[in-house]
Amino acid sequence: MSNIKNAFANGKAFIPFITAGDPSPEITGELVLQMAEAGADLIELGIPFSDPVAEGEVIQAANMRALSGGVTADKIFELVKHIRDKCTVPIVFMTYANPVFRYGAEKFLGNCREAGVDGIIIPDLPYEEKEEIQPFCSKYGVTLISMISPASGSRIKMIAKEAEGFIYCVSSMGVTGVRQHIGDEVKEMVKLVKTVNDIPCAVGFGVSTPGQAAKMAGYADGVIVGSAIVRIIGEYGRECVPHVAGYVRMMKSAIEKVK
Amino acid sequence: MAKGRFGIHGGQYIPETLMNAVIELEEAYNRLREDPRFNEELDSLLRNYAGRPSPLYYAKKMTEDLSGAKIYLKREDLNHTGSHKINNVLGQVLLAKYMGKTRVIAETGAGQHGVATATAAALMGMECEIFMGREDTERQALNVFRMKLLGAKVNVVTSGTQTLKDAVNETLREWSRRVHDTHYVLGSVMGPHPFPTIVRDFQKVIGIEVRKQILETEGRLPDALVACVGGGSNAIGLFYDFIKEPDVRLIGCEAAGLGIDTGKNAATINTGTVGIFHGMKSYFCQDEYGQIAPVYSISAGLDYPGVGPEHAYLHDIGRAEYVAVTDNEAVEAFEYLSRTEGIIPAIESAHAVAYAIKLAPTMGRDRIIVIGLSGRGDKDVAAIARYRGVDIHE
Repeated sequence: MSNIKNAFANGKAFIPFITAGDPSPEITGELVLQMAEAGADLIELGIPFSDPVAEGEVIQAANMRALSGGVTADKIFELVKHIRDKCTVPIVFMTYANPVFRYGAEKFLGNCREAGVDGIIIPDLPYEEKEEIQPFCSKYGVTLISMISPASGSRIKMIAKEAEGFIYCVSSMGVTGVRQHIGDEVKEMVKLVKTVNDIPCAVGFGVSTPGQAAKMAGYADGVIVGSAIVRIIGEYGRECVPHVAGYVRMMKSAIEKVK
Repeated sequence: MAKGRFGIHGGQYIPETLMNAVIELEEAYNRLREDPRFNEELDSLLRNYAGRPSPLYYAKKMTEDLSGAKIYLKREDLNHTGSHKINNVLGQVLLAKYMGKTRVIAETGAGQHGVATATAAALMGMECEIFMGREDTERQALNVFRMKLLGAKVNVVTSGTQTLKDAVNETLREWSRRVHDTHYVLGSVMGPHPFPTIVRDFQKVIGIEVRKQILETEGRLPDALVACVGGGSNAIGLFYDFIKEPDVRLIGCEAAGLGIDTGKNAATINTGTVGIFHGMKSYFCQDEYGQIAPVYSISAGLDYPGVGPEHAYLHDIGRAEYVAVTDNEAVEAFEYLSRTEGIIPAIESAHAVAYAIKLAPTMGRDRIIVIGLSGRGDKDVAAIARYRGVDIHE
């Protein structure tokens, strides 16, 4: 069983997102270990980009903090290697097309394998452009995660047929960030996916409360939370680790028993 | 691989939330470009509202002063709203209206595209929101007020470097929130397919008119076309009809800011590398890790770290040349054209004038240069005064 599949073997999966290097690579490393300990089933690690067009203000600010702290893709590969000495939690990178392309897609994916990164999510690399990196993902055994959104319509089946690892279901239109209300579009999206591919679906964008997470877990196989966690990191800075771990524990227990 | 390639450049590198919007746009455009009613309506707007065709003016005094090639100015500055931007905007807002959209959004740098979009939205009864970097709202305060006067809401962008690229980021984010009723009127030949093609098609009228006008007055084609390039819409508009004419030199002028080697410029083709950003593969100013670099130019309209994919391609195949013009050269050309011809050019267009001033004396008197005078310079007067140490409040 692939490491990503393991994430969905323990009830509904809780998937936290953090930006690597915010507030520092050392704290990012500690956050990963403590979140895994607190019940995170898979960890999304953001490689910061100067212009993250799919992100709301909270994660934009985290990208800026991480970049001004001097973090780079090379430092993040080193960080993951260190994490892998202590922990096997599935790790998926979240970044944009340009940091991968400019680094050299083959070199980037080769380094992902060497460091022990299980997958990669690139929001500005839609289905039509995935050939840009898919061949290198296949070559180095790094899963390219596909995204679907409420505006995807008939594209959902096309995307789902070729999807691997899990499908990232964008809960509602717009960019990342905490939302008061999340609609029910996900329910139908997941149903459509399952008609063509028996692949886990995880819901992200907007989820922050245990109630929202439990509701989304009722529709899907996992829940992704980014901005709510990044906000805690932004608020507590270097003291953030216990606060984030406590939040992860609360969210995992809110969803693990959901049918 | 997605459609909309220019060599290796172009493509559709955008979030899934926007994919159906660009597919829908492409389908609508392909349908409407063949629709006689749409084309008649657009032609009528260009003629009776924008004031096309724009004159091709023989700059006699400038020609005599430089004692080289004959210089013609393609007067896009005389269009309604004062720049070439209106050509694209009338086309896109009409397209949006035919698509049933009720709201348009747009980014703007200098404010010319924002003003043009707000104008077309007022004309066609669409709700309009403009995104503009905070630094640009300060450099171009008059244009901010102008847009509001036209009924648009102006959103001040405070993320990132607070200039044009951040305004594009914010407009893309807003579009992903409201694709169902909103069209993004992209202002240049950039972004995901089909924008580089649509914007070029709406701007190519510039070159088509130049061909007709120069054949009427000179009986032959020009030897060189010179235009400024930020994203590159006025340049591609001027060049496009001449790409197939190998004897016509196509020269794009990028903003060298304080100088090519200073790191304070926006000369993307001259200093950048291939990357993927704002929906397209093209050249970008960026670091070794693909972080988009802060760029600088005195001209808010050229202050952009990328360039349209068709220009990147024309560069790759050697069909067009891309040169760099500094702030200082542009300001001197701004003053020169004002004094010599009584025409105050936009500081963007002054980059093209500056290069033509260098080029003309190297060419024979029987040669012809056409400068794309993309906009008028009223908006820049206060900034140029400040550059010269005169404190004028707008």
